[in-house]
Order: sequence, then structure tokens, then C-alpha cells
Amino acid sequence: MPGKLKVKIVAGRHLPVMDRASDLTDAFVEVKFGNTTFKTDVYLKSLNPQWNSEWFKFEVDDEDLQDEPLQITVLDHDTYSANDAIGKVYIDIDPLLYSEAATVISGWFPIYDTIHGIRGEINVVVKVDLFNDLNRFRQSSCGVKFFCTTSIPKCYRAVIIHGFVEELVVNEDPEYQWIDRIRTPRASNEARQRLISLMSGELQRKIGLKVLEMRGNAVVGYLQCFDLEGESGLVVRAIGTACTLDKLSSPAAFLPACNSPSKEMKEIPFNEDPNPNTHSSGPSTPLKNQTYSFSPSKSYSRQSSSSDTDLSLTPKTGMGSGSAGKEGGPFKALLRQQTQSALEQREFPFFTLTAFPPGFLVHVGGVVSARSVKLLDRIHNPDEPETRDAWWAEIRQEIKSHAKALGCHAVVGYSESTSICEEVCILSASGTAAVLNPRFLQDGTVEGCLEQRLEENLPAGCGFCHIPYDELNMPFPAHLTYCNNCRKQKVPDVLFTTIDLPVDATVIGKGCLIQARLCRLKKKAQAEANATAISNLLPFMEYEVHTQLMNKLKLKAMNALFGLRIQITVGENMLMGLASATGVYLAALPTPGGIQIAGKTPNDGSYEQHISHMQKKINDTIAKNKELYEINPPEISEEIIGSPIPEPRQRSRLLRSQSESSDEVTELDLSHGKKDAFVLEIDDTDAMEDVHSLLTDVPPPSGFYSCNTEIMPGINNWTSEIQMFTSVRVIRLSSLNLTNQALNKNFNDLCENLLKSLYFKLRSMIPCCLCHVNFTVSLPEDELIQVTVTAVAITFDKNQALQTTKTHAEKLLQRASTDNEELLQFPLELCSDSLPSHPFPPAKEHLESASSNSGIPAAQRATSVDYSSFADRCSSWIELIKLKAQTIRRGSIKTTVTVEKASPMGEGNFRNRSAPPCANSTVGVVKMTPLSFIPGAKITKYLGIINMFFIRETTSLREEGGVSGFLHAFIAEVFAMVRAHVAALGGNAVVSYIMKQCVFMENPNKNQAQCLINVSGDAVVFVRESELEVVSTPQPAASCQPSCTGGEVTT
Amino acid sequence: MTSELDIFVGNTTLIDEDVYRLWLDGYSVSDAVALRVRSGILEQTGATAAVLQSDTMDHYRTFHMLERLLHAPPKLLHQLIFQIPPSRQALLIERYYAFDEAFVREVLGKKLSKGTKKDLDDISTKTGITLKSCRRQFDNFKRVFKVVEEMRGSLVDNIQQHFLLSDRLARDYAAIVFFANNRFETGKKKLQYLSFGDFAFCAELMIQNWTLGAVDSQVDDMDMDLDKEFLQDLKELKVLVADKDLLDLHKSLVCTALRGKLGVFSEMEANFKNLSRGLVNVAAKLTHNKDVRDLFVDLVEKFVEPCRSDHWPLNDVRLFLNQYSASVHSLDGFRPRYRHLDQGSGSPGPLRLEFR
Repeated sequence: MPGKLKVKIVAGRHLPVMDRASDLTDAFVEVKFGNTTFKTDVYLKSLNPQWNSEWFKFEVDDEDLQDEPLQITVLDHDTYSANDAIGKVYIDIDPLLYSEAATVISGWFPIYDTIHGIRGEINVVVKVDLFNDLNRFRQSSCGVKFFCTTSIPKCYRAVIIHGFVEELVVNEDPEYQWIDRIRTPRASNEARQRLISLMSGELQRKIGLKVLEMRGNAVVGYLQCFDLEGESGLVVRAIGTACTLDKLSSPAAFLPACNSPSKEMKEIPFNEDPNPNTHSSGPSTPLKNQTYSFSPSKSYSRQSSSSDTDLSLTPKTGMGSGSAGKEGGPFKALLRQQTQSALEQREFPFFTLTAFPPGFLVHVGGVVSARSVKLLDRIHNPDEPETRDAWWAEIRQEIKSHAKALGCHAVVGYSESTSICEEVCILSASGTAAVLNPRFLQDGTVEGCLEQRLEENLPAGCGFCHIPYDELNMPFPAHLTYCNNCRKQKVPDVLFTTIDLPVDATVIGKGCLIQARLCRLKKKAQAEANATAISNLLPFMEYEVHTQLMNKLKLKAMNALFGLRIQITVGENMLMGLASATGVYLAALPTPGGIQIAGKTPNDGSYEQHISHMQKKINDTIAKNKELYEINPPEISEEIIGSPIPEPRQRSRLLRSQSESSDEVTELDLSHGKKDAFVLEIDDTDAMEDVHSLLTDVPPPSGFYSCNTEIMPGINNWTSEIQMFTSVRVIRLSSLNLTNQALNKNFNDLCENLLKSLYFKLRSMIPCCLCHVNFTVSLPEDELIQVTVTAVAITFDKNQALQTTKTHAEKLLQRASTDNEELLQFPLELCSDSLPSHPFPPAKEHLESASSNSGIPAAQRATSVDYSSFADRCSSWIELIKLKAQTIRRGSIKTTVTVEKASPMGEGNFRNRSAPPCANSTVGVVKMTPLSFIPGAKITKYLGIINMFFIRETTSLREEGGVSGFLHAFIAEVFAMVRAHVAALGGNAVVSYIMKQCVFMENPNKNQAQCLINVSGDAVVFVRESELEVVSTPQPAASCQPSCTGGEVTT
Repeated sequence: MTSELDIFVGNTTLIDEDVYRLWLDGYSVSDAVALRVRSGILEQTGATAAVLQSDTMDHYRTFHMLERLLHAPPKLLHQLIFQIPPSRQALLIERYYAFDEAFVREVLGKKLSKGTKKDLDDISTKTGITLKSCRRQFDNFKRVFKVVEEMRGSLVDNIQQHFLLSDRLARDYAAIVFFANNRFETGKKKLQYLSFGDFAFCAELMIQNWTLGAVDSQVDDMDMDLDKEFLQDLKELKVLVADKDLLDLHKSLVCTALRGKLGVFSEMEANFKNLSRGLVNVAAKLTHNKDVRDLFVDLVEKFVEPCRSDHWPLNDVRLFLNQYSASVHSLDGFRPRYRHLDQGSGSPGPLRLEFR
């Protein structure tokens, strides 16, 4: 009996009138947890009842505490007939189960009914007394913290990042049970809400257990989704990254709650499981024979060498774009033999994080993705969700092999998604192949001899661009040049990633949102035929999406994409592809060449003219974009570029060489440094359309920027005003016999118009930036396309906008929860090693790259390699430390300069004049943002995860203002319920907020509509920097400075 | 391609003041879009008409949802669905309860009943204010009336507390409620030259001096109903004109005090009897409801118009009325209990009426 849950019902307000005769309500409350129910007295004839109940006590297992939601039902007492339900409140008590989070849940909760929406509010107090449980075989995982944030949360420090955790649970969907035919829609909706709430709790508990097994104490980047598979069931699945986090000591004593004793700088003793792969029990089971699997684990990666050559492009399209379809890459054994990295032993070296502690990310290979089309089948035994597990295991395996093909041992920025239409389901996974610094991953002991193979003295911000794979054995044709920054390592010409821009990356100019949009018609078909058709279409879609992205990137004169998210949605008669990413110009990567249009019939005069006209337009656009995004890279003198570069070619293929012919390689090497244009061949009307559509994308109005990453590269002086919003649009396609082109145009217009609307609506915030713009496409019906956008608009100070990239990088460094204490442990380590650091060991790059790329048993080389790479690492660390020391100093100056803009909420001038009594609202402001931080503020405490699921249904659609009125009200209600829960936890903001699902169905003929929404985020307490300063100034500067700068300079 | 659904929901509810005004003014979405286009917003922002349409729809939907809460402003403060900064909440409320001068002059003093509501069509045509807006304003008056009707305490305070209006607006509503309750006739042609402000000024003084609340602050309806006892007492003023001696004495007192101070002294002296009779008769008749309703008509007829025909300057009117009421105290038989009379019966109304 390890926990006692205590609940008190205080009062209600704004209740609806339930008794028409008296215009009043006789309300009482039922409090239910598990199978126990308590009732309050009936409070007669009031719309604002004061129950002020006793403490209802539930004695429960902590397993139940984790799984079950607290269920509060408000009813109207009726003497003669059945009591009428007014509405319900579900409270997830998970945040009360770990010590650092909330201690009490207390506040006003909206009373929600799935048919009527919010009907008044109820004031509830909830507490939990946990007894210590020493049972090691327990089924609960109380105490494991969950974060939606995809970076190390701000007031924590990562001691170890263990790795991937996943789990899924399945159940029958109550909506499809036989009983649904006889029960009311309300009962059915409530059964569904309750079931999903239960399943979420169970899932979280199971993931928590895995984390405990791995000796972690937290899950970061927790993403939970549910798949409504209709007849075949309901799947709730989650992925995340297990970590051991350490609370940072708070610099100021103003918040006793987060005032944990200051930690020493020594490494926390590592105590992880020697065999870390025990965690993934689910997918490690051998594949079972299951349902139809069409082209199982076939990679539809964006680009393959074959398709490139088919289209006679230059062989140097985007690198990094991906896995290139080489299954089980030939380099599998290469690095691995050298490294003892614990990563190797893991089943899936995946990380759901998108931003990392400095030094964590060594190299980035490129995007890897895998999709698979499956036919859904009824889940026969919910306790054995093997089929679904096996499906995902397959996909993950494929991702892993793609990463290996790119010479990478890990995948970061990893995410999974599904798209379901009838009985067909597309499973997708994507991530960024990367080489990581193992220091954070596992055993600190092995650390010393680990690879940092290509790492030089790591000039700030280019290391991650350097290719991780063997340039002679490239997994796909790419165009390599020497890094523009350090000039020592090779970089690709274009880099695509799914992660956020690394904090130390040097960026020129600003970034911008780049989208590729695509529709493909498909024949309506049943089951297997349908799945086959989809499978056949997928590679073409991937290819086209990729081409579009590449073209648009070139048009923006940029050379890298971050936060790439490609969504393929399946509908009855079409497939939609939507890729969003943030384009930037990375200083390390070569200047992108322009786009050159080549006509097919050169002898035709007018045609020729047309082509040249078009070419001119494109060139103009590129020039204009360069100006717009302030991309003026420093001119690189030809001598540097042309300087003889030692080619390690003599060392060529020592391993199994694969299909690439050597002449191709030669060609690549010869062409480095030249800015060849990207050739677009116009050979038919389709291609013409493509070019046109390229030019139709309108840049945002002046004063606006947009990106889908956490922050906008090139803007760093955020002010405190933020506005998170959700916008939904549904269009009905008019004609039945649509062509692909018309469809594309419709879709394109839909997205463009939506963006235009957003810019217009938010015009009062100019100058501002739309960050974390997240588009979701769904095809609810035959001719309907639904686009949902969630983003946050953040204002910034235009006057400081033109800061140098250098300070930008510094600021970024701090943004990423730089733990400065952690920095200090480098010098200690270095000293103890007593290794004199050679800043530039001669010729080491050859040695290093040579040896690391090959498994040659050349003994003499091996030793030197180890040495150099190690010295290398030391020196790079020193560089890093220097840089950060500066950062700290500058950062602290910055903080004092920061002027807090008057919060818009705080303006009470009007009120002062009018000064009516009771002007003070009891409703505290709760900010919501999809970002992991709040500009101009410091997050002082994480209160727990918010994960809520709501269903709303109406049988009076017209009366509620039609579909728009219905959904508008519902989304506003969802926001309200999230805010109320956060406020009750004692928080004042939700960070990393995400609307994971918004499933909308309508039946206008029956005057009905239904909508399901799933949202999540992290409830936090933040303190405005201005307030923080007042409090923290009396602190002795020396001790508090390093640890407080991290979060402070976010403005 | 048609848009089935198009919504935008912000965590902080976006309020566009211009659109709010258009909505309050009762324009339909398409009219509002047309007006916005005419304002040149498209050129300023580079937006398209479609964007404007969608934006306007969104705002209208939001306002429609907010309207229910605006009917009980404290609810707006405590509700959780829309996160609106306090300053914006105040603006929403203030604007929602704001009214048009032209409209309020039409209904001031009328019974806020269904019958009057039916006349809104005519008022709309007459004033050029949309019917929708007329309805809103009428409903606001009625709602405020209903809420404060049977409440204790100061009328202005009650209104402010229950509708969170600014001081200025709350006073205006107090006047509207007071007029509606007493059904003062304000619509006669003779009174057309008077603004709502003039009436509100009178209302405030009457509330202060003529109502139950002026005597006892613990009764229901205290600021709404006139003090019957006081009105009864006013009858006794008849003696001022009925008793010849008293009239002459009163006249001589006033004339002595004002000699040389009044530009229209001779006219005053000649007219004193008439003016005094007019004022006293108006006061003495107030025991009849019908005559209460006609208070302003009577005052204009019996006092303002004679003064105006003799071209009295404003200051002279003020001096005369002050002296007129002050002198009464020196007369035998007038004890201080007629404190109301000091400020009430004569001076404010006519003075303000003349002022226009």
C-alpha cells in the first residue's frame, strides 16, 4: 500500500443551469480513483456551490497511481429521475509522484463534457503521500521524470545520456466495440478518453521501468502518440531518450524548491548497467510472422544514386539527404572495431533529442529515413502487441543500417509517425545519422581511448559538418570540398538534418522556413492492391519532395536544412507529402551554386528566349533572397581554395569497395571548390510547372521571419512577447477528376494562404519570428485536405538584430542549457591526464583520417593515431573552454544590459483610471510555447509532463457556428484545460507544447461533428530575467555567475 | 477548392480593435471586409481580400463566443477559456457597453420593455445605426437595469461592481437607469436641443438630492426612486407664490441682492412673479407620476423659455437661481429641513438646460 491519495473538493463556479424551473442547479461531486468512489453532499440551488468537502483518501498501489487518472464528475442531483452529469475533470497525478516536481495540485479546473464542452469550473486540491517502497521487483516506476523537451531541460545537467526507450500498448477502441451501438455518444467518448488516459499512464510507467533498468532517472524528448486503427484497435506508443539528469543548483535562494545542495564538479560515479541493451525487450524479440508487409523495410530514402543518374544531373546533389538505399552498408565494421563505444552494443542507438550539450555531437552524416506500408489487422491479444512491435523493430533496424551506411553509429533527432487510412498504415521513421561523443553516453572509463577521429582542433562550429563517412567509399554520390572554416576536413555541399541547429554552428545571415509540398493521385483500391499501389508511389514522392527541397534551398542561396520533417499522408484516393525544414547558410559549407535551366529543344528561338527569361527570374530571386536573408559570406580567395590539398587517395579501397566506380570519385575530387550550378532540365510541362511553383513561393512580409526549428538562426535578441497559436484549415477539392497538377496547386495555395493569414494576423507583433512552425496534413475524407499549424510568434528587437555571427554563436551556446559547471570539469580532467596539449599536431589529419577510415592492421600507425586523436581532443576542449569562458563573461554583461519589456499582461493603465472594484482577475497567465525555453525568462522548475486527450462531439453543428465555430471553441477549450492544469500544479508556462493529433470528422447532413485532440508539453515555473536580477544581484558573483548565465541570456 | 473550415486560435486571444468596432457597430462579415478594404489595410500589409475575409471571420467568431461572457463582465475576468490581458478585458467590456449618443437620446426615459424593443427598427432607420447595434445597446441598458434594479447601495457603485465599467460609463448608465425607472420624457421636440450629457448631469444631481438614498442609504432601490416624502413636502412651496406678501418679500430679497449684478435685471424684476410661479408649480406637481415624467418639459416651458426669450446670459441665470433659493431661507416658515431645495429644486436643472 505504498501511497495515499487525498482529494478535497472545495467549490464550483459558473455551473450551467440544470433545473429549468428554478434556473439553478443542485450539484454534487463524485470522486473516483481506480474502483473507489466518494461523493460530496448535494449543494442545493446554486450555480456557485461551496462543497468544502472533507479529505477523500484513497489508499493505492503506486502502480495504480501511475496508470490511473483521478476522475472527478460533477452531477446535478435529481430526486425523481437519474442524476444528470454536468461534466468531468481528469487529473493526471503523475507530477505528484516525483519529489522535485509539484507537491500539490490545487486550483480551478474547467468541468468538461464531451458533448457540451466546458461547463463551469471546479476547485480541487489533490495531494499524495508516498511511502518508501523497497521492493525491487516493483512494477511501478515512480520517480522517473518525463520531459517532452527534446534537449536537456534547462535546470538540469546530463550526467549520462543512456539512449533510446520505446514501448507500445494496444487495446480495443471502445468506439468500435459492440456496446457502442447501444450506449450514448457521451458514454462512448468518455470510455475512450478514460481508456487512452489509462493506456498513457501504463505506457509511461513501462517506459519508466526501462529507464530504471538502464539506471537512468529521466526520459527526455518523450513523444507519445496514439494510432486510431479503427476496427483493428487503438495503439498508444511512445519513444524517448533515457538520461541520468542532475539538478543544477540554483544560483539564487529565491526559490527554495529548486535549491538543491550545490553539486561538486566531479563526475558523478557511473553506475550503469554493463549490458545496456537489456532495455529494449520489446523489439529484441525475433521477428514474427505477421500480417502482410509490403516491401518490408524497404527504404524509400529521399535520393538514391540511381535516380540521380537517370535524370542526368550532376552527380553531386544533396548529400546528407540520406541513406541512399544501401542496405546494411559496407562500412559496418569500420569504426566499430576501433571504438569501444557502448553505442555499439545497443540495439538502437537512437536519440529523440534535437539539441545537445556542447561537444556531444561530433559529426552529422545526414538524414536517414524509412517507411513501410502495412495492412492493419485486428489485434487479437492486447497483452501481446507483438505485431506492432515487430513492425517498428523492422523500421528501426533499417534506420540503423542506413546510419551505418553513412559511417555513423548513432541517429539523433529521431522520430516516428504513422498515417492511417482505412486498413492501410504507413509507418515512418526518420532521424539524422551522427557520430557522437561517447563521453555522455556510458561508462566514463572507456572514454579515454574513444574515437574523435576526424576531430581537429575543432574550430568553432564546423566540426559537425565534417563528413563521418569515407570519402572514397561514399554511400552516395556527393560533392565534397574542404571545410570553409577549418580548411582541413571535407564537408558536403549540402547538409540535411532533422535536428536543431547546433549551438556552436557558424551561420551567415538568417534562416527561413522551406517547404516542399506534393500530392499524388492514386486509384481507390482495397487492401492488398491498395497497399501495393502506395508502396509503388512512395519512392517517387520521396524523390520529388527531395528535389523540391533542394531547388528551394538553392533558390534561397542556402546550403543546409535543419529540423527536416517529411510527412507522407495517405488518403482514399491520394497521397500527400509535406516536408518542412529551416534553411540556413552554414559558413563551413561551400557557397551554393545557382540554378541553371537547361531547355531540351535548343533550336527553337522563342523557347530559348523563354528559358533565358526564366533563368533571369531565377537569378533575380536568388539575389533578392541573399539580400533578404542577409547572406553575404566572406569572399574566399581562390588561392586558399586552390591550394594543394594532400589527397589520401593512395590509400584508396582497402575494404570491400562497393558499386561506386573510381572515376566518379576522381571527378568529385576534381570538381571541388567550383561553384557549379545546379541544373534543372526542363523537358516537359511538368518540369515547367515545377519551376513556376518554385517562383511562386512568396517570402514573408518584411519584419517577419519563420522557421520550424527552436530558434531562428541569425536572430538572437528576443524580447519577451510570445504568442502560441493553432490554426486549422480544411479545403474541399472541387472537381472529381483532378489532375496531379491541379491538386499540387490547390495544396500549395492552401499552405501559402495559411502562412499569409498568419503573417497578417500577427502583424501587430512585427518585428517577429514564427518559430517551430509545425504543419500537419491529414486527409479526413475523399475530397478534404486538412492542414493544422501550431507555432509560436516571438518578437525581437530590431535594433540589435544586426549582431555579428560570433556573438550569435555565443548566445546560442548559452541557450542550449550550457551547464557551466560541466565546463569546469574539462580542465580538471586534462590536468589529471597531465598531457601536454599540442594545439596542432603536425600532419595528424592524414594519419587520423587515414587510420580511422580503415581497419588496416598497421601497428605503427595505430599508435600514433591514438595519440594524435587524443591530443587533438584535449586541444579542442581547451579551445572550447576558452570560448566558453568568454561566453560566460560576455553573457553576464549582457544580462545586466537586458531590459525587460513591459509585459503586455501587466498593463493596467486602463484599469487604474476606471478602477472598478474586484478588478483583480483570479486567473493567472499561463504561457504556452512549442519551444523549450521562454524568451527573457529563466525556467526554475519543471513540474511534470502534461499529456492530455480530449474528445468533443456535437449533434448541433449548425447551432454551434458550423465546423469552424465548433473547432474554434474546442481548441480554445483545450488550451484552457492545459492552462488550468499547469496553473493547478503551480506553474506559469508550458514549454515544448505540441498538438500531436487533431482528428476532425464531420457529417453536415446529420448536423454532427467529432474531434479528437491530443496535446502534451512540460509544465514549468519561469521567472522573468528582470525579476531574477533583482533577487540575484546580492549573491556573490563568483559563485553564482557560471551556473546562472546559461538560461539567462535567452533574450 | 472551397474552404470548409478555417480557424485561428491563439493562447492569448487576439483582439483586433478595428474589427471589434465593426462588429459592435453591427456590420455583417462581408460589410466589415468591405470597410476594411476601404481603409487601405490591404495596401499597408500586402494581404489579399481572402486573407482579410478569413481574418474577419475569425475575429467575429471570437467576439461571438465572448459575447456571452460580456453579458456578465465578472465572468469574463474569471473564465478560463480565453486568455486575455486585463487591459484588453477592460477594453472589451468598455467598448461593449459604450453606446451611441444618437441612440441613447431616442430611448432615454423610455420603458426598457419589449414594446420599446419593437421600435428599434424605426430608431435604426432614424439614426442610421444598424439594427444589430441598436439591439446590443438596448439590451445592455435593459441588462444593467435588471441587475441593479432592486439592489441596495449606490447605483453607480452597483453598476461598476457588476459590469466593471469605468467611472464615467458607470455614471452614464446610472443616469440611463434612473431615467428609465422614472420614465422622464426626453423625446419631445422642445427637448431635442439637449444632449444626453445634459440629462446625465441632471440625473446625477437628482440621484444625489432627490432620491431615497439621499436620506437613507440602507433601502432598496435607493438611488432609483424619488423620495415620495420629499415630493410631498415640495407642495408646501406653493406658499411662495400663493401668499402675496411672501412673494413680494422674496422678490425684494432677490432684487436687492442682485441689483447691479445682473445684465438683465429689469427683465428679471419684471418677470420674477412669472418665473417663480413657474418653478414652484413644477415642483408642487411632482407628486403625480405624470408630472414627474414631464419634469423636463415643464422646466423648459416654464422657466427656460421665458429666460431665453429675454436673452438672459448664462451667468445671470445662475446668479438668479442661487439667489432665488438662498433667499427663501430668510423667509419665515422655511426651516432647514428643506435642504433639498437648496441645490435641488431650482438651480441644477434649468441652469444646465439653459446652458445648452
